[in-house]
Amino acid sequence: MLDGIMLGLSTVLDWNNLLYVIVGCFVGTFIGMLPGLGPITAIALMIPITYSIGADSGMILMAGVYYGAIFGGSTSSILINAPGVAGTVASSFDGYPLAKQGKAGKALAIAAYSSFIGGTIGAILLMVAAPLLAKVSLSFQSPDYVVLMFLGLTAIAAFSNKGQFLKAMMMTVFGLMLATVGIDPSSGTERFTFGQADLLDGISFLLVAMATFALAEALINVARPEAEPDKKIDDPDTPKIGSTKLTKEEVKDMAPVVGRSSLLGFIVGVLPGAGATIASFMAYATERNLAPKALKDKFGKGSMRGLAAPESANNAACTGSFVPLLTLGIPGSGTTAIMLGALIAYGIQPGPMLMQENPSVFWAVIVSMYFGNIVLLILNLPLIPYFAKVLAMPKSVLTVMILFFSLIGVYLVSFNTFDLFMMVGFALVALVLRLLAFPMAPLLLGFILGDMIERNFRRAMMISDGSLSFLWDRPLTLSIFVISILVLLFPLKDYIVQRRKEKAATQAEQHA
Amino acid sequence: MTMFKSLKRSVLAASLLVASPLALANLHFLVPGGPGGGWDTTARGVGEAMVKAGIEDNASFQNMSGGGGGRAIAYLIESGTKKGDMLMVNSTPIVLRALSGKIPYSYRDLTPVASMIADYGAFVVRNDSPFKTWQDVIDAMKKDPGSVKVAGGSARGSMDHLVAAQAVKAAGLDGRRLRYIPYDAGGKAKAGLLSGEVNLLSTGLSEALEVANGGQARILAVTSADKLPDYPAIPTLKSLGYDMEFVNWRGFFATPDLPADKLAEYTEKLRKLQQTSEWEAVRARNGWLNLFQEKEAFIKSLEQQEAQLRVVMKELGFIRG
Repeated sequence: MLDGIMLGLSTVLDWNNLLYVIVGCFVGTFIGMLPGLGPITAIALMIPITYSIGADSGMILMAGVYYGAIFGGSTSSILINAPGVAGTVASSFDGYPLAKQGKAGKALAIAAYSSFIGGTIGAILLMVAAPLLAKVSLSFQSPDYVVLMFLGLTAIAAFSNKGQFLKAMMMTVFGLMLATVGIDPSSGTERFTFGQADLLDGISFLLVAMATFALAEALINVARPEAEPDKKIDDPDTPKIGSTKLTKEEVKDMAPVVGRSSLLGFIVGVLPGAGATIASFMAYATERNLAPKALKDKFGKGSMRGLAAPESANNAACTGSFVPLLTLGIPGSGTTAIMLGALIAYGIQPGPMLMQENPSVFWAVIVSMYFGNIVLLILNLPLIPYFAKVLAMPKSVLTVMILFFSLIGVYLVSFNTFDLFMMVGFALVALVLRLLAFPMAPLLLGFILGDMIERNFRRAMMISDGSLSFLWDRPLTLSIFVISILVLLFPLKDYIVQRRKEKAATQAEQHA
Repeated sequence: MTMFKSLKRSVLAASLLVASPLALANLHFLVPGGPGGGWDTTARGVGEAMVKAGIEDNASFQNMSGGGGGRAIAYLIESGTKKGDMLMVNSTPIVLRALSGKIPYSYRDLTPVASMIADYGAFVVRNDSPFKTWQDVIDAMKKDPGSVKVAGGSARGSMDHLVAAQAVKAAGLDGRRLRYIPYDAGGKAKAGLLSGEVNLLSTGLSEALEVANGGQARILAVTSADKLPDYPAIPTLKSLGYDMEFVNWRGFFATPDLPADKLAEYTEKLRKLQQTSEWEAVRARNGWLNLFQEKEAFIKSLEQQEAQLRVVMKELGFIRG
């Protein structure tokens, strides 16, 4: 392995390749920052360039663009609540509230550090255990995905504040319902398309996320201008972005969160059927469940833990997705599918033999990830104050900008005007729901997990001949299933303990 | 404001690259799907080779996904000849989706210009699978049709499913009893095969080679009519004694009211392209197999494919009548 690292180092330290790392990170960050445009667009744009350079450089460039886009996606999530990439949707849950509280600088810094650590931990794991991890990505079968996604769904509890559980449940069900639109994955028949050809492919996750978060947010700004008195106009020179420095306590508080989420994110990323988006949601939910009582209520209202968790998880997951790509030749997402195509075009066969046949590509990509993450940190930290100045703009301008960029972003993905109408429709519905204090995050959770649960569940049922026995046939499935049941029952324990205390208290009062 | 300047610039750059303006281009390629997919790589590969070989001064590309490809077809018909030279890339799904009624058009509503490349159906098993030959698979199915679980990268009634059903039928079995397990994408179907939850994968040859060349899987058979010169070791279904062949072509279509001289011009350009080293480079890079057919031959093969698919779709109950 040491030889491999040396080989990778010597490839990456070539000034040409170093340049590609920097260019890749830079381009990725900026395209990722644009609401709606994610790594898939960014990499597709890079393809013509990669053909004219060698395989090592091409892969280094594309990998840089990929994690750069995930890195950059958080900026727009935090600043304007318009997720740049599906994987950073969860970052807006707490990132945007932080920015609203005047801590934009800090939020961006947390995102940058967490991404950096997530990416680096991912790269280390990739380096030491890629062949071993290939076994992990193949050990997951459809039933395991079902229970894993089910575990993810238990996170609704994480998104519901006190007394809002019913509302959160309703939104989750709404999300599950939206996920059924389109061609039925198992039978091939159309569902809820109303004869509308544009609905055949289903509704895009990013469209729903942008409509319910960015667009609805902008509309709320218009509908309730008095809700937040705009002081920024009076004082444009000192915008409230806050310091980018983190205190020692904050670092101490977040360190275990980042560590756990990086690990979780990486493992979820290794699974070809999951990915960065699922990873970020799961990390968010896990941290919410693990947080002590006092911090729990802060989630969704600007918790730093709630931002650090998805940010480290999505970058680690993105690195993790290179495991099935490089060691098995299996792409887990559209983005890695394009990279697989590029590898094959170079005449390189990904798979178990890659490390022997093309060690330079394998190691160069991994070593370039360390450099890439450092580049991203150096690139982003000094720019934070400038990015954050966006918030210093008068609200009237900012709102228009948000509308413009989120609509353009969704349009640039599909080039379909129907999507724009659909987006506006969703935004209006979301506006009403938000004014009625319905939470939006459970909608997205239900939407993204609903689709995956359905596909995997029906596949598992077909494979097991219509028997539910797949839930307990394999130890892996059973253990994840048991964990999710425990997670569901866990809040009940608190409830019972509290009831007992109250009872004891009232009894004590009566005795007195 | 630095951010917005950069944002604006990036948006501009992105839109320029993704959808180059029509006015500047000599030949405009319409892609019915998103960037990076099979249609996209074909259009961009052909365009790139044409420009590099000097056959065309400029090529531009426009991605228009939605409606299972139907939106791009509608756009092509609507634009007519008004928007200059425009070619749409498409493949077997245009026939398949027209038959199943998922798109309200068929190739008859367009001018088929030429087919360019071919992919074939392939059947893949894990390296450690007890199935050593295609005959083993058929034998196992004859004993118990449910024992072979066939994975494919798309819903029931899609190409992967229909090809497998036809192959099984050619062995005298009932295609309806085939146990087809749908996955959301080719990559995930491959993961399913390697994880061992299914024991056969029905996919395109190019995707099959991605796992087979890695040494984790074996290709038992392909659906080409003759053995492929590049892969002589892979038996065809025909060579194994099963009367079944299937080709997934990719080709170009133009607006229905295309003037004859324009058609001749496009055909000539695509024909000329076949001989160039630039096209050979693109073709080899992507592992494509040439299948150049001009309009008449192309239409004939489309008709044949339509008839073939209609029969199997009827048998499987995807279309009535």
